[in-house]
Amino acid sequence: MTKRTIIPFGPQHPVLPEPVHLELAVEDGKVVEAIPSVGFIHRGLEKLVEKKDFFDFVFVAERICGICSFIHGMTYCMVIEEIMKLEVPDRAQYLRLVWSELSRLHSHLLWLGLMADAFGFESLFMHCWRLREKILDIIEETTGGRVIFGSCKVGGVRKDISADTLDRIVKVLHEYEREIKEITDVFIADGSVKHRMSGVGVLSKEDAYHLGAVGPTARGSGVDFDMRKLRYGAYKNISFAPVLETAGDCYSRCHVRIRELFQSIDLIDQAARKIPAGPLEIKVSGFPEGEFFARTEQPRGEVIYYAKANGTKFLQRLRVRTPTFANIPALVKILQGCDVADVPVLILTIDPCISCTER
Amino acid sequence: MSLFSMSWVVLKSLFKVPATVRYPFAQKHYYENTRGKIMFEVNTCIFCGLCQRKCPAGAIMVERKDKKWELDRFKCIICGACVEACPKKCIHMEHTHTKPAVTKEKEKHIHA
Ligand code: SF4
Ligand code: SF4
Repeated sequence: MTKRTIIPFGPQHPVLPEPVHLELAVEDGKVVEAIPSVGFIHRGLEKLVEKKDFFDFVFVAERICGICSFIHGMTYCMVIEEIMKLEVPDRAQYLRLVWSELSRLHSHLLWLGLMADAFGFESLFMHCWRLREKILDIIEETTGGRVIFGSCKVGGVRKDISADTLDRIVKVLHEYEREIKEITDVFIADGSVKHRMSGVGVLSKEDAYHLGAVGPTARGSGVDFDMRKLRYGAYKNISFAPVLETAGDCYSRCHVRIRELFQSIDLIDQAARKIPAGPLEIKVSGFPEGEFFARTEQPRGEVIYYAKANGTKFLQRLRVRTPTFANIPALVKILQGCDVADVPVLILTIDPCISCTER
Repeated sequence: MSLFSMSWVVLKSLFKVPATVRYPFAQKHYYENTRGKIMFEVNTCIFCGLCQRKCPAGAIMVERKDKKWELDRFKCIICGACVEACPKKCIHMEHTHTKPAVTKEKEKHIHA
């Protein structure tokens, strides 16, 4: 009879800057059970909605996550706009798309870097982040912030991108495409990387579906689940197909994110060609009354915002379901039966963002 | 499948300029839009308190009676809400960031 040992993992762990705690029950060097616990950095942001004006709450919503900040702010705005029946101008919708995709680019490059770091490929990590820095520069140039964009507001957007700048950004992105390809080819072709990731942490399509996995975790297992296909905002005018991989292992989750990098560049390109001229925002007057659910696609997967408003300037209730929260059951599943040495890599492949999970 | 796919990238980097800025000998380039810090102009302020009400971080304190305007830079998240809200446009955004400080002092402006 083998002895069962409990190994605590986190909340502080060198490979993972996120405070997630897992209790790993280990037998013979294999994990038989993983019990996650979160709650180390709960900030009570949902409660704050009762004290902050609904119009200004977008600043708080954006700060729920430091990586998918823009899409948090945008989804919050979408909920309020829908409750108040506001028609957001087309130009604003397109700009939101451009910024969403830029944030997807920087998030995926960040993830690729972290992944390389997790399996000890330091130079690859540096190069991923070098490329991410260039995306951050574009974001800073167009919005004023590097990770907190602050450019979305209820009823439209705060900043405009001129046609020249947009053209230049698209050109620059196409130049980066070559550099990004050079780096991502290492992930795809390098023997040591492949050896580390392929066949590790397999999540079957059925499991991914039944455990409610979202984003690249679900798409890496072949579940066709991309919220952008709901065609919110300007996505209705843009053509794209969700990136799908079928193997369900770490390698295919990585592959999904790599292909999404190029897809994002393509989406920005399409948006730049179609963006109409026009106003950036409409005037908002009155207070919201009613409730609405919005679902959008973040770099990590689907985020759900629910708001209930009672006709005053404070919302009654706001609920945010972040993608990492939805991916935790899938994570627990893939951890069962894996080697202890694979745990950090497996946790990283769902791209965990614990601070937004706890809000 | 290859074992040396990274070598080419690494070799090329040997002959490139560094990707990082050599701070403090060189400074980072700021953009027109960059939100660095907010600046306040006391002479045009009417002490209406709108900026205080709009500030999501509660960094501004306005006292109409004493004509005092206080800012806690350590609380300010540089969102720009006050800049938008001010009816007299006496707050504006600067590109450069604040210098590091060793004490947490509030910045006080009193109308003479
Ligand atoms: S909103 Fe402007 S005018 Fe009013 S108190 Fe603030 S800085 Fe002064
Ligand atoms: S920039 Fe934002 S956080 Fe800073 S003082 Fe103004 S409103 Fe407050």
